[in-house]
This record gives sequence, C-alpha cells and structure tokens, in this order.
Amino acid sequence: MSAWWRFRRPGRDAQLVEELRSHLEMDAADRVARGEAPRQAAVNARRDFGNLGLVQELTRDMWAGIWLDRLWQDTRIGLRTLWRTPTFTVVAVLCLAVGVGANAAVFSWLEGILLRPYPGVAPQNRMVAIAGTVKGTPGYTSLSWPDFQDLARSSTGFSAFVADKITGATITGRDRADRAVGEIVSANYFSALGIRLARGRGFLPGEDAGNGTHPVVVISYAMWRDRFALDPRIVGTTIDFNGIPHVIVGVASREFAGTFVGYAMQFWVPASMQTAFTGDYELENRGAPWIEGYAVLAPGVSRASAQASLMVAAARLAQTFPGVERGHSVRVLPLWETPFNAARELAPMLRVAVVVVLFVLLVACANVANLLLVRSFARRHEMTVRLAVGAGRARLLRQLVTEALILGAIATLLGLAIAYGCRHALSWFFAPRSGASITLNSNFDWRVLALSTSLGLASTLLFALVPALRASDIDVTSALKAASLSLSGGRRSSRLRAAMVMIQVAMSFVLLVGGGLLFVSLNHMRHIDPGFDPDRTYTTYVNLLAARYDSVQARTYADRLVASVSALAGARAVALSTSRPLDPGAPYASGPIAVDGYQSAPDETPTAYATSVSPHYFAALGIPIVRGRDFRRTDSDTSQPVSIVSATMAATFWPGVDPIGRRLRAGARWTQVVGVVRDVRFASLIEPPAPLFYLPLRQNFSPGFSVFIKSSRPLGEVGPAVGRAIRSLDPGLAAYNVLPMRDVMQRSTSPQRIAVTLIGICGALAVLLAAVGLYGVMSYIVSQSTRELGLRMALGAAPGGVLRLVVGRGMIVTMAGIAAGAAAALGTTRLLGDLLYGVSPRDPVTFLAALAVMLATTMVACLVPGVHAARTDLVKALRV
Amino acid sequence: MPKSPPTSRLELLQGTLDLIVLQTLRWGPLHGYAISQMIRAASQHALRVDAGSLYPALHRLERQRAIRAAWQTSDRNQRVRIYRLTAKGRRQLAAERSRWDRLTEAIAGILTHPIERDA
Repeated sequence: MSAWWRFRRPGRDAQLVEELRSHLEMDAADRVARGEAPRQAAVNARRDFGNLGLVQELTRDMWAGIWLDRLWQDTRIGLRTLWRTPTFTVVAVLCLAVGVGANAAVFSWLEGILLRPYPGVAPQNRMVAIAGTVKGTPGYTSLSWPDFQDLARSSTGFSAFVADKITGATITGRDRADRAVGEIVSANYFSALGIRLARGRGFLPGEDAGNGTHPVVVISYAMWRDRFALDPRIVGTTIDFNGIPHVIVGVASREFAGTFVGYAMQFWVPASMQTAFTGDYELENRGAPWIEGYAVLAPGVSRASAQASLMVAAARLAQTFPGVERGHSVRVLPLWETPFNAARELAPMLRVAVVVVLFVLLVACANVANLLLVRSFARRHEMTVRLAVGAGRARLLRQLVTEALILGAIATLLGLAIAYGCRHALSWFFAPRSGASITLNSNFDWRVLALSTSLGLASTLLFALVPALRASDIDVTSALKAASLSLSGGRRSSRLRAAMVMIQVAMSFVLLVGGGLLFVSLNHMRHIDPGFDPDRTYTTYVNLLAARYDSVQARTYADRLVASVSALAGARAVALSTSRPLDPGAPYASGPIAVDGYQSAPDETPTAYATSVSPHYFAALGIPIVRGRDFRRTDSDTSQPVSIVSATMAATFWPGVDPIGRRLRAGARWTQVVGVVRDVRFASLIEPPAPLFYLPLRQNFSPGFSVFIKSSRPLGEVGPAVGRAIRSLDPGLAAYNVLPMRDVMQRSTSPQRIAVTLIGICGALAVLLAAVGLYGVMSYIVSQSTRELGLRMALGAAPGGVLRLVVGRGMIVTMAGIAAGAAAALGTTRLLGDLLYGVSPRDPVTFLAALAVMLATTMVACLVPGVHAARTDLVKALRV
Repeated sequence: MPKSPPTSRLELLQGTLDLIVLQTLRWGPLHGYAISQMIRAASQHALRVDAGSLYPALHRLERQRAIRAAWQTSDRNQRVRIYRLTAKGRRQLAAERSRWDRLTEAIAGILTHPIERDA
C-alpha cells in the first residue's frame, strides 16, 4: 500500500494539473471564439476558475490514501522547518525532554517499586502482602510459621499463601567466603508465584517441613553467573550456607530477583533450613513471629473479601490459642503497602514525586507554548502566503500540529532515554557503605512506555494547539497589505503568553513551597535527639552461625571479641546487641509480656519491644542510666534473670511507681527490673519511642549481633582495626562493614532526603524555566512597544519611569502567578504528609521565603528588558 | 478562503451536485469543462458549478466507482480527461433521482397546500 501511493503520487498530481489546465485552455478558447482578446480571455478564464492551487488541493482531498501522502509531506516540511531553526528546536526539545523524562523516570519507579516490584512473578496483579496486627500497637508484625500455615488452611479466597523471610548468610566453598542475601521460603514459593527456573527445579512439597531435613537451595541467575561462571552442571553440586552444605537444586530465571524491595535476592532455601540462618527452631513455635508473608488472591476475589475471610480465620486462631494470640489479627495489604521492605518507606516519597514531575512537565510545556507563540508570529508571513496560494486552513493547522508532534516525538524519545539513564537514581541515595548495597529497580515495561509517550505527545499537542490556532487565524487580505504585524493580534498573543508565564510562576511557587517545607523538615530531623549519642560510635555486625559454633563456643567468641576490641587504641566502651537503633536490617523484637501488678484491658496483650545487650551497651551508645544499674558480667545463665526498662516502659507499666525490683515476664521467664534508662528512638527517628526493655545478652544469647565501639579515633582507623580483630579470632567469618552510627541514623531519613533532592532539583528547574518565560514575554512586550516607549520619553518620561513601567507590568503577571500558586500550595502541601516533620504544611515562614525567592528571580527577569527599554534610542524608536 | 461574489445565480442545493453530474454524463462521456458548460446551458445559465466544487465531485465519484475516467484527444486536438458513467453510476443516478423526485414532490406539496393537507 505505502509503496503504491508513493509510486503513484507524482503521476496523479501531474494528471490533475493537466486536467485543470485543459479546462482553462478550453474556456479561454471559447472566450476567444466569442470575441474576447486572447490575453484578456486567458485572464478571465483564470478568474472564473477561482484559486487554482485551492482547487487542486480540494480535489486531491478526494483521493484514496491521500492522508498518508499528506502526512509524509507534512513530516518532511516539519523536519525541514525545525532543522532551519536549530536554537528553537533544541531549546523546545530540551524543555520537553526534561519534563517527559522526569515523568517517565517516576512512572518507572512507581511501576518497579510499588506496582509490579517483582519481575518474574506471574500473578503479581493478584499478589498481596499478609501482615499481623496487635491490638493497641501501631504498625504491623510478622507472623509465626504455625499461624501462617493455619491461616492458609482455614481461609478462603486465596489460591496460595507464600511464606517469606529475608535472611543473610555466609557462603563458603571454592576457596572464598562471601556474604549473600536470600530468602527463607515455603516449599510452594516457586510454583505458587509462577517463577520460571533457568536450570533445575524449585522446591518439592514437604521440603519446608522438619528441622534441617532438606538442605537444598535455589540460587539466583546473578549468583550462578558471578560465582559459578554459568557452570552448566551447577545443579546437583553442593555449596555451604552458614557452614551447612546445601545441594543446589535450581537456578532462578534471569529476571527474577526475589520478593523483597530493596535488595536483589541471591538464594532461596526452604523453611526447614531455618535454624541454619536464624538460630532457634521456630517452625513449631506459635509465639515466634518471623514470616513476612504473601498470598495470591484467587481469580476474581477482591482484597476486601479476602480480608474478611482472613479476619474470621484469625479470630478463630485467637480463640483457640488465647495465650499467644489474644488481640492479634491479620491484614491483607496491597504490594505497595508491604510493611516489611523499602516499599513502605518510599511510597510517600513517590506519591510526592508524581505530583512534582507533573508540575515540571506543565512548566516546560508552558515554556514551549510560549516559544511556539513567538515563532508563530515570526512565521505569520509564511502562513499568510501559504493561505493565499491556496493552502486550506485545515491543512495549515495540520502542518503546525505535525510539527508539534515531531517536536514532541523527539522530546519523548530523549526523555525516555534520560529516564532510562536515571533508572538506578534512587539507589544512589543509599550510601553503598551502609552495609549491603541497595537495589531499587525501575521497571520499564510497556505500561511505562505507553503512559510516558502519550503524556509527552498529548502535552505537546495541547500546548502547540493554542499557537497553531492563533497562527492559522489570519485575515489574508489585511495581513498581506500590512507588512508588519497587526496590533490587535500582537496584543492578544502577549496576553496568552502572560497567561502561560502565570501558570509557570504558579507551578514554580508550589514547588518552591514544597521543597522549602521538606528542607525545613529535614533540618528538624537532623536536630532530633535520638536518645543516644551517635558521634564517635561505630558499629558492625558479626554472624556466628556461619562458624557453626555451639552455644558455649559462641559465648566465648563474643567475650573474646569484646576484650580484643576494647584493647584497641582509643576504644572507650565496647558492647554487643541483638538489634541496632534505627536500622531496619537489625530490628527490635516485639512480643507479649506480663508485668506484676499491671492490670491489662480485657482484650489487650501487653506488648513491648525488647533487645539483648551486653554490659557497657549504654555507655557505648551514650544512653544515660536514669536509675538502678547497668548489666554486669555476673548477670549470666546461672544467676537471677534481670532486665532494664526504658523510661516510657516504666511510665506505661509502673505509673507513679519505682519499677526497680519489680518483676517483668518476657517469653517464659520472669526477670527482675534492675535499672531504668533514657528513651531512645529505635524504630523510627520521627515517632515517639514505644516501650522497650533490655535483657542481658548472656541470659538471652543470639549467634548474630551488632558490635558497638565508642572510640576517640576516626573511622579510617577504627574500621580496619575492628575488622582485623574479628577475623583474627576466626578467619572463617566474613567481615561486615564498620559504619558510624551517624550513617545508620541518616539512612532512616532517606525518603526525606530523596524527596528534598528531587523537589529541590525540580523546583530550581521550574523557577529557571519560569524566569526564562517571563524574560521572554517582557522582552517581547518591550520590543513591541518600542514606539510607545519612545513617545513617552519624547514627551518627557524619565528613563526611570520607563523602567518602572516595564518592571511593573512584569510584576503584575508575577503577582497573579504567585497568588494562584499560593492558593494551589495551600491545597496541595498536605500531600507531603508523613514526609513533613515539625513543620505545618502551611508554614507561613516557608511561604514567605518562597515568595521572596520568586520575587527576586522574576525581578531580575524583568529588569533586563526593562533596562533595555529605558535605554531606548529615541530617534530610532520613532523612525520605526 | 476566497468566496465568489454574490450574484443572481442560484446556489446549488446541498447534495445535488452528484446528481447533476451523473445526470449530465447520461448523454455520453464528457470532460470536466464540457460538464460545467452543459450544466450551465441546461439550466439556462441559472446554475454555475465552481471548478472548486466540480473537480472534487468528479474525483470523489471516480473513487466511488460511479464514473470512470480516461484520457482522450479532443476534436480540438487537446488531451482531455473524459468521464463516463459506470453500471454502478447508473444505479446511483436512479436512486438519487427517485430521492430527488420524492423530495421535490414533498416540498411542492408543503408549498401549495400548507394547511389543507393537515386538516
């Protein structure tokens, strides 16, 4: 078809020309026959015929396939025109590309982090997260293995329940030790999630039952490639995870990287191998919540009805096991609210990002619209001539729209390229030295491409249409007569441009306010007192599971480690703990407790957070002991179990009473409270601390713990020394990085930091674009009113007066934009929600600061053309 | 768009141009100029078809296969594009003609007995 019309076109055209010419000639011949002079006859025939070009054009419109023909022609003309004005083309394309690129990047993050975060998982649309809730405690908890199994059995509306727990491991074999991150999963993991395998098999039913009974592992494609060089005989070989030989039964497909947002998973083991990775055997312990579960909804079942069915099942569980389950329930959450991974942290930031990049796109489009308007005036003559020689008005419009579409298409392609380049940008915000490197992938699937492309083209079209309509709205006769622009056209267009600038100023103002509020929040957060002293405190992690120590050896190792690190130069206090404040990777356990003399509400299970620490923990972290004493070396297995409570815990469970000497039951054991310490913020920097108590590490030992060192020496010195100390005690242990506690703290504010950076960049970009737009409009107005300004000066207006006049006009546009922006900001800053801390979304100081920045910028943008106007050369101006 | 100046000539009723062109071609194959002259003559100079309407109509009818075009040399030794009716064109003419008859009859009825017919 396309070859046919390309081939036929010149012939058709020539035939039409010949047909019409024969008409004219016959008419002229008839006129001569009737007695007209030959020359007069030709002219008359021509006049009677009408506009030859237009007749041709109208006739061609009737041809089959003509639209393709036209499109091809318009595209060629469009490309040629754009090529001839490179500055315009480059500026317009860049503006749009930034706008479209920012949107595409954010869409791809949304898709990759929140909507379809797990490439390779077939039923992602029906996948939900399953999390526990405890009455009276905010947030979500993990679930125990028995609970999870019971819920899976007794609830309807799901096609599968998939248990999942992120874990770390030390891999040894082929003479090197590496740390790897993977997941402990139920046996149905690969089958229920429809994950394809590059080699071998997934897990067999029943491989998740028992204790250490099925040492099998599926490794990721990346691990197969990087560690095993794509060895084709990999399946069936053995590899040590935490010192236990596991048989590799499969390799996951290349695209699949686990079901955890934040890290790419490297291996999967069945739940039966849980003790090798997390210590105590917990598959039969209903009181040990550790499963971060997912479920796949049955086709056609809504989340709400699945939730209802699950609630019933949970209530039944609570009745059957009132001891551990009272007040517990279960929630079905969409993937983007998964409480166990980075999705929850990043969701509010991404929500803000969507709005911000839309604003940037709007500002960019307004700028391009302004550019097109100016151009449409520069091209007025061209348009007039084309109309006069017979181009239909619709054809002209189509030509302009085609041009805009070409512009939009180039910009969209470039924008997509920019976005693709930024697909890992989110990971950059997480310092690589903060432990394992974070992977936050964007997902460039067809949805993102389609959405970005249509957004890019639609916005270009929308904003190109206004100038296009304006340009084709030409009165040929008067336009041809007057060589210069008609005054009314000029004025109407400058009003339109002013409106565009107003939009830009308004949008930039909103972004400035948003950025300002986030900046203030971040500043507030920086000054939050976490309750501990993060300076000169360093921390690292030791995982003794890999060393296959028995409990006595592990304790000995811990003691020797503390002793050898304490002996390092500059070390003032050294301690161990099973958790780390503000580190989501080393969370605090939460569980039911009993308190002597505390009367709980009927369906309340008193709950508190707990961690095990060694002596000197409070000294190492600079947490003041308010009353009582620190743990001692003598608080051991054989002595009276003791505990230390936080101030909030004391106030909650022993209101008005001194808790020291009172009894507290944690798990199965009653302990005696021996001390009260100051509150620390451990789960989140911005939330007030929940009740927390400490147990001696010796009485509640765990083979994996964080090490804290208070030292007078810098990181560069402490880091290597600590690493050496750890390895010199056992060379088989893979070293974890040594980080300053300040870094750990900062990590917890990364959503805010990302948001501030993002809005900061976007806001600056928008203000710049708005200033350029305003400058353009003011320059245009000045150039159009040179004559008026000249007259005013001739009549005695001082240059200062002219300057005031020009700047005043610009400021009117600016103020109108700011007013609109302020109104929009008052309505939209609520969206920042949780990202704000210690500042009202309508903080007047921030609004005033944004106002000042906006005014200063626009003032400069107006002053330049204003000064230019004030220097108007009288003689030249009036001669024009 | 240039509009022809107002004259005492009749404006063509919308949708009648195809009918007129087909009817004109019933007498035999003609080129565009001849068609416009025939229309003018047949209507005693009351109707005049603009080239800007005639040629689009011819090419549209050609695309609809109601007429077929061919190049010929005229008696004045000039290459001209002549149009002839096809079988499909004849059917179309008959259909349009009967529609036109019904229309004019209806309008005539309204104009002659506007009230009596209702009563």
